[in-house]
Amino acid sequence: MAKRKSKKSSRKTKSKAAKIRPKKISAFAPQDELKRELKISAIDEGTVIDHIPSDSTFKVAEILNLENHKGIVSIATNLQSKRIGKKGIVKVGGKSLTQEEVNKIAIVAPDATVNIIKNYYVKEKIKVKSPDVIDNVVKCSNPVCVTNNEKVNTRFYVVKKDPLKIKCHYCERGMGKEDIEII
Amino acid sequence: MEFKNRDIISINDFSKEELLYILKVAKQVEQKPKNNLLKGKILAALFFEPSTRTRLSFISAMEQLSGTVIGFSTATVTSIQKGESLWDTIKMTQQYADVIVIRNPLEGSARLAAEAASIPVINGGDGSNQHPTQTMLDLYTIQKTKGTLENLHVGFVGDLKYGRTVHSLVIALSHFNPTFYFIAPDELQIPENYLDELFQKKVKYYKTSDLMRFSKELDVLYVTRIQKERFPDLVEYEKFKGIYRIDQGYLQNVKKELKIMHALPRVDEIDKSIDKTPHAIYFEQAANGIPVRKALLALVLGKISSRN
Repeated sequence: MAKRKSKKSSRKTKSKAAKIRPKKISAFAPQDELKRELKISAIDEGTVIDHIPSDSTFKVAEILNLENHKGIVSIATNLQSKRIGKKGIVKVGGKSLTQEEVNKIAIVAPDATVNIIKNYYVKEKIKVKSPDVIDNVVKCSNPVCVTNNEKVNTRFYVVKKDPLKIKCHYCERGMGKEDIEII
Repeated sequence: MEFKNRDIISINDFSKEELLYILKVAKQVEQKPKNNLLKGKILAALFFEPSTRTRLSFISAMEQLSGTVIGFSTATVTSIQKGESLWDTIKMTQQYADVIVIRNPLEGSARLAAEAASIPVINGGDGSNQHPTQTMLDLYTIQKTKGTLENLHVGFVGDLKYGRTVHSLVIALSHFNPTFYFIAPDELQIPENYLDELFQKKVKYYKTSDLMRFSKELDVLYVTRIQKERFPDLVEYEKFKGIYRIDQGYLQNVKKELKIMHALPRVDEIDKSIDKTPHAIYFEQAANGIPVRKALLALVLGKISSRN
């Protein structure tokens, strides 16, 4: 008897979840991506950064300093994407991104979409825009660049967006995505 | 085109028209010297690392135009030793001078100095990055000896990886429809980013490690020293020093009008017997530093009109 009761209650929970989940997720992911979205849990409040190129997923986490974030952080990478081949998703509970952080993300993930989530629904969707000038975000990879030896903010010009190529305003050295170290 | 109060930091900052205008002014200054042009003006020559030609030719250019020079030729005598930042050094210096020329081993230091200063700053060399006045005098020398900068076949030999004079001259000449020949071992070949830029500008170029391969094609051969001080590893330096040598044998296979350039100092890459041949123009090249630097000083100080 007890056994039957427990089965019943578990079925009840499942069906409840089935009712709610598609609604919640469909708010920030198209139906055909539902399966992939399920690989990492939904968040009630925070930010979902989608369409990150796979090789930049952890760079985005670094940019947002998620190592020290106290809320829930989910990171998935190498997911299939029709738009960009392989993509990553980063979900950050309890954090809405500032414009400055969005700008930083654009450096390594120019096609990313940033979804601000409130109560499981997408409150705002921001398409990141790759900047032409990057101020004080990236460290110059040239050890003898003046920015690594004097107290001065770095500045880079975006020479090419895909694949990313930037040029130091001071030492004029060119850098690719692989050289990028965030300050 | 405006030169008054302008900083001379990188060859990349100048258009073809601006470069040609500077060369035109240099020619005027050389042919009709106006010796009181910079009377009452003070040049601060801030040399944080050794330099012979650049420092002496700036001092000479300034003094020939009746200006005066203050400054230092080694960082050990400055407040840098006490921990003063470059920014503060420049802020202080501009109170004493009308124009600054700076050489500093940190790459990008001249750009930073120009941001700190409200007076014009001229880059006298920032590490392996830029040395724009050298490039301008190289252009002046080519124009003077070949009669044009257009459509030339220009070879570069030696250290094309670390040699900033090569990098800057390649960029400057690419305005003039050249064909380039980069002669160096793979390890010292010109960096890929310069080749990318040439590709984008549709400039024709060839790469080889064989000095003789294109010798008959060249109008100008720009020889560089293998720079010991730029090698992070001295074992690498030992491997490449003396790898190319321009001698009488080389001259058997070149055009009669070939001109050989070198930013100097040379070690053994050009045999002394070449000096007296009509091919050698490297001492003339060094001398051309004077009219070009005079022209630049007069232009940035507003003593020669920016329009002509």
